[in-house]
Amino acid sequence: MLIKNSPAWALPENDVTPEAIYLNRRSFMVSALAASAGVALPGLLAAASVPGKELPSMSRPEMSTSEKLTPYEDVVRYNNFYEFGTGKDDPARYAGEMSVSPWTVKVDGACGRPGTYNLEDLLQPSQYEERIYRLRCVEAWSMVIPWVGVPLAGLLKRFEPASSARYVYFETLHDPEQMRGQRSLFSTIDWPYREGLRVDEAMNELAFLAVGLYGRELPNQNGAPLRLVVPWKYGFKSIKSIVRIRFQEERPKTTWELIAPQEYGFYANVNPEVDHPRWSQKRERRLPSGLLSPNWRETVKFNGYGEQVSHLYKGMDLEKFY
Amino acid sequence: MGMAGAVLNRPRAVRAFKVLVAFMAFLPLAILLSRLVGSGLGPDPGQQITESLGIAAFQLLLATLALTPLKRWTGWVGWLRVRRMLGLFTFFYAVLHLLAFLQFILGWGDVWATFTKRPYIIAGFLAFVLLIPLAVTSTNSMMRRLGRRWKTLHRSVYVIVLLAWVHFFWQARSDIGEMLAYGVVVLVLLVVRVRWSRLLRAGRRGAPSA
Repeated sequence: MLIKNSPAWALPENDVTPEAIYLNRRSFMVSALAASAGVALPGLLAAASVPGKELPSMSRPEMSTSEKLTPYEDVVRYNNFYEFGTGKDDPARYAGEMSVSPWTVKVDGACGRPGTYNLEDLLQPSQYEERIYRLRCVEAWSMVIPWVGVPLAGLLKRFEPASSARYVYFETLHDPEQMRGQRSLFSTIDWPYREGLRVDEAMNELAFLAVGLYGRELPNQNGAPLRLVVPWKYGFKSIKSIVRIRFQEERPKTTWELIAPQEYGFYANVNPEVDHPRWSQKRERRLPSGLLSPNWRETVKFNGYGEQVSHLYKGMDLEKFY
Repeated sequence: MGMAGAVLNRPRAVRAFKVLVAFMAFLPLAILLSRLVGSGLGPDPGQQITESLGIAAFQLLLATLALTPLKRWTGWVGWLRVRRMLGLFTFFYAVLHLLAFLQFILGWGDVWATFTKRPYIIAGFLAFVLLIPLAVTSTNSMMRRLGRRWKTLHRSVYVIVLLAWVHFFWQARSDIGEMLAYGVVVLVLLVVRVRWSRLLRAGRRGAPSA
């Protein structure tokens, strides 16, 4: 049974008013300013800390939340990308060792137009969109991030998936020379990192391929040059630095499912009712979270995107298909 | 031990060593506080603080356990003079670690469920509970009052170090390198302890004079 139970702060996406958009734009600018002001030596360092080409995009307010953005500095300095180490600051520290240009994506499996595509050719005809999504990590913290990119569905359709294709499989770059986390002798991850979606999930309007954030090209640590963003699922589903897309009939085994199937399922939909065996998923810390005023929030089913995605899971026992 | 040994055994040298060790034991806290003030703890400071305090407690526990072997290898009594202090620092960091977990990670919600349902929490909490009697009986008068039983009681520290390691290991996500490195240290300390008690018993049987 699906009970829609949105707290006050979760504006349904179609209720976002022009004022909200305006305010949101302002809060975007304010947090960008705050981010640069927060740097010890403003001027130079601030300019250096916001690298990457600007990406013109069309904003999609109806696809965006109007919640307060997580400051740029936090988005790019605090995340998981185990290819570069398991510490939260490892990606920011070491992802510079990866080269993202030129970049190709191999497309294969059950589709009409398989091949190895240059990233530019993949993205060429598309108009970038900006979507502000919530991101809920399985570790019980969350952020609000303005992504720039293209809807996943549009891109996938260009490869003419066959009717037999029921799943889409993704793979991250595997190159221990550039990714020091992959050189670790004690990692239990069987590289490359693998993820997957059901085709109908992949075709959902929320599923997004990001090439940028905060109006600029993705920093390497956030999954440059191409990453998935599926905001109704835990963050680890949003695979980074994608080099392969495959259409297939059978359900792919995903990285975390392979390591600990009792902890991480294929679906990994955000769900406060299903605990991770090691911790509760009922609440989350929205970052930045202060020490004296921790920013606790009740976690919402499907991360608050139930309206768009709950139909995908109708009749499924979400305790079983976690 | 020769000249150097004679100098090192002077009360003043031992006292200076104690001060140095106390200073080092405060370092993890000092570093945390300085990072906190300089906002070098990132957007999720509670998580960082909880982790750092736990690691500090574990490292101090290992350091405490290393003191007796160090005394036996070097013959220097200074090692034993800081044992109680390091044990109490271990307890100090363990208390802070538990409080930080309750405040920053749980937010005082779901406490009962967490401490009864989650195996890694149960292991860590058991280690903490077992530390309490050791801290309480660490005074000279308690040592006198308990006599031989004091030693038996304080042997539980080997159970504690195993529980603490399990608590740490069960939190691994994918990379277990760090956990294994600590595990090797724990193993070495345990093996050394077992070997000595064997030697001691063999020695007693051979020459029942002491």
